[in-house]
Amino acid sequence: MLTLSDIRKTFNPGTVNEVRALRGVSLELPEGSFLVILGGNGSGKSTLLNAIAGTFKVDSGEIDLAGNRVTRWPEHRRAALIGRVFQNPFTGTAPSMSIAENFALAARRGRPRGPGWALSAKLMNELRDRVSQLKMGLEDRLENAIGSLSGGQRQALTLLMATWIRPALLLLDEHTAALDPKSADQVIRVTEEVIKRHKLTTLMVTHSMQQAVNLGDRAIMMHQGSVAYRFEGAEKQRLTVNDLLARFEDLRRREMLDETAAVFLKNAYI
Amino acid sequence: MTLLLGALTIGLILSLLALGIYISYRVFDIADITVDGSITLGAAICAVLIVKGVHPLLATLAGFAGGLAAGTVTGILQAKFKINALLAGILVMTGLYSVNLHVMGKSNVPLLSGESFITLAERAGQRWFGRPEVNLLGWLVSARDLVTLLAVLLMIVLACLALYWFFRTELGTAMRAAGDNPQMIRALGVNVERYRIMGLALANGLVALSGALLAQYQGFADAQMGIGMVVWGLASVIIGESLTGSRSLGLAIYGAVAGSVLFRLLVAIALRWGLNPNDLKLVTALFVFAALVLPQMLQRRRQAALA
Repeated sequence: MLTLSDIRKTFNPGTVNEVRALRGVSLELPEGSFLVILGGNGSGKSTLLNAIAGTFKVDSGEIDLAGNRVTRWPEHRRAALIGRVFQNPFTGTAPSMSIAENFALAARRGRPRGPGWALSAKLMNELRDRVSQLKMGLEDRLENAIGSLSGGQRQALTLLMATWIRPALLLLDEHTAALDPKSADQVIRVTEEVIKRHKLTTLMVTHSMQQAVNLGDRAIMMHQGSVAYRFEGAEKQRLTVNDLLARFEDLRRREMLDETAAVFLKNAYI
Repeated sequence: MTLLLGALTIGLILSLLALGIYISYRVFDIADITVDGSITLGAAICAVLIVKGVHPLLATLAGFAGGLAAGTVTGILQAKFKINALLAGILVMTGLYSVNLHVMGKSNVPLLSGESFITLAERAGQRWFGRPEVNLLGWLVSARDLVTLLAVLLMIVLACLALYWFFRTELGTAMRAAGDNPQMIRALGVNVERYRIMGLALANGLVALSGALLAQYQGFADAQMGIGMVVWGLASVIIGESLTGSRSLGLAIYGAVAGSVLFRLLVAIALRWGLNPNDLKLVTALFVFAALVLPQMLQRRRQAALA
């Protein structure tokens, strides 16, 4: 379904700001699986998602998605296969346009856009139906500018927009991180429903250990641009928050060791 | 009364310019100075064709097409070559100055011969009213001026409806989204750069259409006629927004037209009261400056008052 073969990316190569963001990531994701990606700040988890979405081209490695080698496809072309929800609720919607118009845009994801009326009666009916399932009372406000809604409402709508046409892959980039706990719970509930209903193949980046434990059928923990730990099958099901914290502590110690080793070597040889 | 009719007509003709600026400035947030060149281009193409005896409708549409091409070039400079939006506009505007001189063959083309929509209006006026002057609310006005105004009004209404329709289609909503939130619409599979090019083409097409009509109305095309037009359009758009707000697409389009007409009326009154025509551009620039700065200052005042 989704296969990453040793993808690498260095930003600003050859300058003082050089960042080796992805240092050879390989991943195999079967149809219908739900992968949770954990990791500290700067571990490359969001970069990995952006590499798959095509925000930038990778330096080396290949990306295969739903039978297509998409490594060299531009972002807008990959969008035909990928639905996305971003961390920032402002990123996923066009604020000055109405809820209905935002959905009209999403309803043509990856398809040609012609001179047909965007808000067809068919779309409006389906929209009222699907939005009312969110139970947020938004179905009566479809003509309102989407910018007037709260972050939680916007994320729930973005999720609905991203899956309006069933995507081959759903990318969730810390999509509850900017929300208050109550809205975050609500958006997570909607997320689970949507994924279950459409049997979506999903990649979710999160900061929340609790989400990592509760959601998904597999998980990876990233560190310094590569995959440090993988959890699958029964191991993933048994995973607890404490296990994850222990692994994080492990990585932190290893990092310290790296530094002290470097200092030791420097003192000894230079 | 004749003055009023004239101001209304020019205001309506220039409302196409305002609509073009609305697209580049409000939809895409670009101050597109290509406009100064493309309005002249529209006028030049139209004038030359009319002198050659081409039907005025065809000549006007040719002017529109010229604007489309100019906007496309600016768009490509921005989107494909990643040139700063302002600089891309300046480059194309500067280049267009020479292009316009080549099109016209000299710096001024008078429309003494050939059929223009003004001469068509004159004959239609003769036919409908049977005499050269008409009684309008107690004022005697020339039938030609009245029919010209009505014809322009009809054209503007059609243009507005077409634009409104376009911006509600799948294509048009995607174009608005490309200006509103490029990241979002790219994630929905839209090639934002291509839509930007199309948007600038459409904007400059409308501006050139305005130029083509203006040339016919004033009876000549001139290489200098575009100077400061982008500021003129900005002023119209800003006035329009304060009149109608920008809550909905329909209101914004209506606002641009109303703002253009109102601004032209204000200018006509100011000139009547003795404003030196040489100062007109300076006054327009100061007006746009004030309109850009005043809201910020008022807000700072309000915050200071609250603190």
